[in-house]
Amino acid sequence: MAKAQRQIMYREALNEAFREEMRRDSTVILMGEGIAQRGGSYKVTVDLLKEFGPRRVIDTPIAEASFTGAGVGAAIVGMRPVVEILFVDFAMLILDQIINQAAKYRFMSGGEAKVPFVLRSQGGVGNGLAAQHSESLEAVFYHIPGLKLVMPATPYDAKGLLKQAIRCDKPVVFLEHKLLYMNKGPVPENDYTIKFGQADIKRSGKDVTVIAWSNMVLRSLEAAKACADENIDVEVIDLRTLVPMDTKSILDSVRKTERVVIVQEAVRRGGIASDIASIIQSEAFDYLDAPIEIVAGLNTPIPFNLDLERQAIPQKEDIIKAVKKVMYVD
Amino acid sequence: MSSYSKKFLTDLYKTLYTIRVFESRSIQLYRQGLIRGYFHPYLGEEAIATGACAAIRPDDYIASTHRGHGHCIAKGADVKNMVAELFGKKTGYCKGLGGSMHIADLSKGNLGANAIVGANLPLGVGAALGSSLKGDDKVTIVFTSDGASNNGVFCESLNLAAIWNLPLIVIIENNQYAVSTSINESARETNLYKRGEAYGITSQQIDGNDVLAVYETVRETAGMCRKGKGPILIEAITYRHGGHHVNDPGAYMPKEKLDYYMSIDPIKRGRTYLLDKGKASENEVTKLEEQIEDEMDQAIDFAKSSAALSFDEFVTIVEDY
Repeated sequence: MAKAQRQIMYREALNEAFREEMRRDSTVILMGEGIAQRGGSYKVTVDLLKEFGPRRVIDTPIAEASFTGAGVGAAIVGMRPVVEILFVDFAMLILDQIINQAAKYRFMSGGEAKVPFVLRSQGGVGNGLAAQHSESLEAVFYHIPGLKLVMPATPYDAKGLLKQAIRCDKPVVFLEHKLLYMNKGPVPENDYTIKFGQADIKRSGKDVTVIAWSNMVLRSLEAAKACADENIDVEVIDLRTLVPMDTKSILDSVRKTERVVIVQEAVRRGGIASDIASIIQSEAFDYLDAPIEIVAGLNTPIPFNLDLERQAIPQKEDIIKAVKKVMYVD
Repeated sequence: MSSYSKKFLTDLYKTLYTIRVFESRSIQLYRQGLIRGYFHPYLGEEAIATGACAAIRPDDYIASTHRGHGHCIAKGADVKNMVAELFGKKTGYCKGLGGSMHIADLSKGNLGANAIVGANLPLGVGAALGSSLKGDDKVTIVFTSDGASNNGVFCESLNLAAIWNLPLIVIIENNQYAVSTSINESARETNLYKRGEAYGITSQQIDGNDVLAVYETVRETAGMCRKGKGPILIEAITYRHGGHHVNDPGAYMPKEKLDYYMSIDPIKRGRTYLLDKGKASENEVTKLEEQIEDEMDQAIDFAKSSAALSFDEFVTIVEDY
């Protein structure tokens, strides 16, 4: 009888990725606030200090711009730093070091220099964490040429993509979601990586393509399940990496289902969903049987009140409604 | 003061004069429209880059600024490839993609110029952190400025370097102006080296127009850094010979002050050192100067005759962006 695959939490999968990569490569170092002794706010880096010591797992002062820049500088001289920013909202303090330094360094050097740097952070709505701890800001990084953008939804993807990010010679922004850390899923104990630019069809279906990333993948899967009860067969594509984006998988699915819903937790305005919609309409316009629906957050900071918070971002019901709309059913 | 060999003083003067000629000739080319974009001359500040880079090893790192041509030359860059970069040519250090404010030469330990004032401090901290973790015995010099000293990352970076005991030398090139705003208007405490002391960093103020003073100070502090006694902060007092960039006449700079700094011009002083301490003859020095000017002519010819990156080559570099 085949052994049942091990199930571990998303945060444990990330921890395991770190442990494996740090054993494999002595240039991998971690820097961030409270990551060493405390093991990180979400316990992602727990116990790494014990194995790798304070020179490789570094508790930093609250000086985001500078320790991020120090990570970039260390990467330029041959280290593989992974810098953690506690909340993606705080990443607004480091934009110069990410946008003007990390993202442009290789370019400005004529395409020669390597910048094997990973910025890890987490975003999204939690439970009443309010306006400065709840944003989904991936579009900020998506907009910047020279950065990879990774947003895993499952423990399996988290481990494989983090390992890939650490081995990448170009700067990677790796965004987790605060509601995912405790989720369990199958994760192989062996060494594996997941290439960037490969979407994963988390549920195959023939009627409607739902495109999502991060926590919205899970919400879309719940919606798909509910739709199945009404005989609507939804395909859910988890992009996993936004840059590079697997447009081929998107277009293949669109050509099959001919109906598209894109779900993003971030505010609608200037979002990645709009960009995906524009790619689909220019590449597969003739296949579409309905206008593309975007389910996105309201154009608002995240309210503290839990009812309002819930209503400010896409819920399962909103996705179901959008699926029915592109199916022209009530 | 130590005695210096003729060869050493010749090399120092060669660097000083190369920077002077590079900047002066490039400004002419700029005025002729052959160089475009922004150009921030290092004229008047040459002693700092020259003395500092002479005092460290070729494999040590520097992190430079938007006013960075002098640092590049002092760290061993080839003026041919520098002029080519200013011309936007493929043979330039950044293949014409970077320009004046982004010249980097990792093969010489030059992590690059940086057009964001203050932003090279965290990068320098990171390079020094890398050296500390690898145990490669290298030091990093960050060239920064009075302008940058009022930026948040300046303070954060000093603190990080201090708590991590990094082999980092921060040199404030205090040319007394942040673009056009005088240091007297942008800080109450204008002795900027005191900011290092506030973070527990050994700090001192020196004459930035005296190449030997810079050399001696950096040589000693680099030694301290290699023994684990870093970081160190040096404030080098200097003055620009003109405005912030080529098209800024610097009307806000008082004439008497400029006259004073012209009278202690670093090139003149370096020349005197070579003649007096190095016992070089006037004839030898003149010959050296002519040779440097010839090299600059050749560099300009090289840049003019170089090809630019084609659009296809450019797109290949950014294809996965």
